[in-house]
Amino acid sequence: MSNVVLEVRDLGINFGGLRAVDGLNIDVEKNQLYGLIGPNGAGKTTVFNMLTGVYEPSDGTIKLNGELLNKKKPHEIARKGVSRTFQNIRLFKNLTVLENVLIALDTQADYSILTGVLKLPKFFRQEKEMEEEAMRLLAVFGLDSDAHTLARNLPYGKQRELEIVRALGTHPKLLLLDEPAAGMNPQETQSLMDAIETLRNTFDISVLLIEHDMKLVMGICEKITVINYGTLLACGTPEEIQTNPQVIKAYLGE
Amino acid sequence: MNQKFKKQLLTDVLTVVIGYVVLTVLMRTGVINDYIKGILLMACINIVLTVSLNITSGFLGELALGHAGFMAVGAYASALFSKSIGLIPAVEFPVAILIGGFAALIAGYIVSIPALRLKGDYLAIITLAAGEIIRNILKNLDIIGGTKGYTGIPGYTTFAWAYFVAVICIFASKSLIQSRHGRSIISIREDEIAAEASGVDTNRYKIIGFIFSAFFAGVGGALYAHYLRFLQPGIFTLNKSIEILVMVVLGGMGSIRGSVISAVILTVLPELLRGFSDYRMLVYSLALIIMMLAKHSDKLKLLLGKLQPAALRKETGHE
Ligand SMILES: Nc1ncnc2c1ncn2[C@@H]1O[C@H](COP(=O)(O)OP(=O)(O)O)[C@@H](O)[C@H]1O
Ligand SMILES: [Mg+2]
Repeated sequence: MSNVVLEVRDLGINFGGLRAVDGLNIDVEKNQLYGLIGPNGAGKTTVFNMLTGVYEPSDGTIKLNGELLNKKKPHEIARKGVSRTFQNIRLFKNLTVLENVLIALDTQADYSILTGVLKLPKFFRQEKEMEEEAMRLLAVFGLDSDAHTLARNLPYGKQRELEIVRALGTHPKLLLLDEPAAGMNPQETQSLMDAIETLRNTFDISVLLIEHDMKLVMGICEKITVINYGTLLACGTPEEIQTNPQVIKAYLGE
Repeated sequence: MNQKFKKQLLTDVLTVVIGYVVLTVLMRTGVINDYIKGILLMACINIVLTVSLNITSGFLGELALGHAGFMAVGAYASALFSKSIGLIPAVEFPVAILIGGFAALIAGYIVSIPALRLKGDYLAIITLAAGEIIRNILKNLDIIGGTKGYTGIPGYTTFAWAYFVAVICIFASKSLIQSRHGRSIISIREDEIAAEASGVDTNRYKIIGFIFSAFFAGVGGALYAHYLRFLQPGIFTLNKSIEILVMVVLGGMGSIRGSVISAVILTVLPELLRGFSDYRMLVYSLALIIMMLAKHSDKLKLLLGKLQPAALRKETGHE
């Protein structure tokens, strides 16, 4: 039994004439904090979109614990244990903070439509369990006190955190975070990075993190892959990446 | 059972019973004459149609223009049943209503398969076409009278029937929205990509929302058929669909309470202001254009929200 949770082999995608990602290999191990970095437009978000079934890869394979994910629908992939946040926050804005999480927690309930409409005892039992679980998850970021606020009324930083909590709601094995610190100040960023490390440990999950700011991920990631123009530039530990001449060149410009 | 829910249920049931008693007393004493009674009965039918359309348009967030078609399926199916079967009305009518509902649900399911692959204006066009196709099929079915119309339907729809069926529709819709299925339906309106990423099978929930809508459109049609006692395909035109949609829009997308109030006002108002009927189509087409524009403009959406009276502005359904 290998330790690899996510195994990506020779992944590629074409958008018309544009080869946005080409020949990419990634191995994320159990409980690993993995960084995917690269300049803007390098293809990082596109990789996430393929991993989560939003885009169908033109070639290559994606496996989660040995199971092939290619051609599965996004909601199936989410239920298999891959969940994500978005570079441009995508919350259910007109719903409360609590409801945002409850929607992801749907995976743990199974009462029928009739039970829900007739409000039979099972409805109340499962809804109560879901609500308790949601509150526990929200407490990770101290969002439980905002449970009944509409998501749209949360300050920006908290919206980013809520998106992470919602992603935890499907009980993922692998959590994909797309530039979670975008738009945050250095202090907020630091506390977010600490929180990500904590939740990796408490929830016993693997985290694949996108950042375009290299310095930021160096602190917490155990392994890093750098891509540029959709292809692999370097892969290794933070120390190896920091001293890699090609990476330095890509980041400092020609 | 949840304490908060018990309290809410008690208040709701009290409101419904008191409302019924007051109206019945007013009708018995002649304060409400038969003419007004008829208008109120139509208001109840329109509540069923409006609340049910709101599930698709307001909660699922898809512009559907075929509601009159599903209403027609329910109307004809129930009428066909009650005309050919001779049970006592107390048994026959509820069965006829259910047959109307399920016939429309099946029609809704058939339409939903191609329709829900499309989005936005395309979905609007498909549902519009579906409504027209249904109407044309009805025109050509001789057993239900074709273009000449279908006569001799028993007049089972009393005010009490219309009132309590409307109540059931309101309760069922509200209850659906306050369940995990309702939340999943709303999540599609809010952000389809995020919904999928959160594990929501968006196709499945679109179908659920759509056929729930169609079912109650059919129920509304059944009430309508047994009130008018006469059906003609020409009743169920696109104009009828738009008329219902306008009630939804004015009451507030995603507000059940708003739908109820707006259905009552828009049924009563044209009767009070007879002169208004000349301008009705003008107002309806304007409202439709504004709605289609609003789908693509957040600013306009915001403005529409602000124009709505505060009392009607009830967010999404989590209260
Ligand atoms: N749906 C799409 N259609 C066409 N081109 C796309 C699409 N999605 C991404 N791209 C292109 O792929 C490249 C990589 O984009 P992206 O993955 O968003 O970069 P990053 O997240 O690394 O900043 C860009 O050139 C972008 O324009
Ligand atoms: Mg990106």
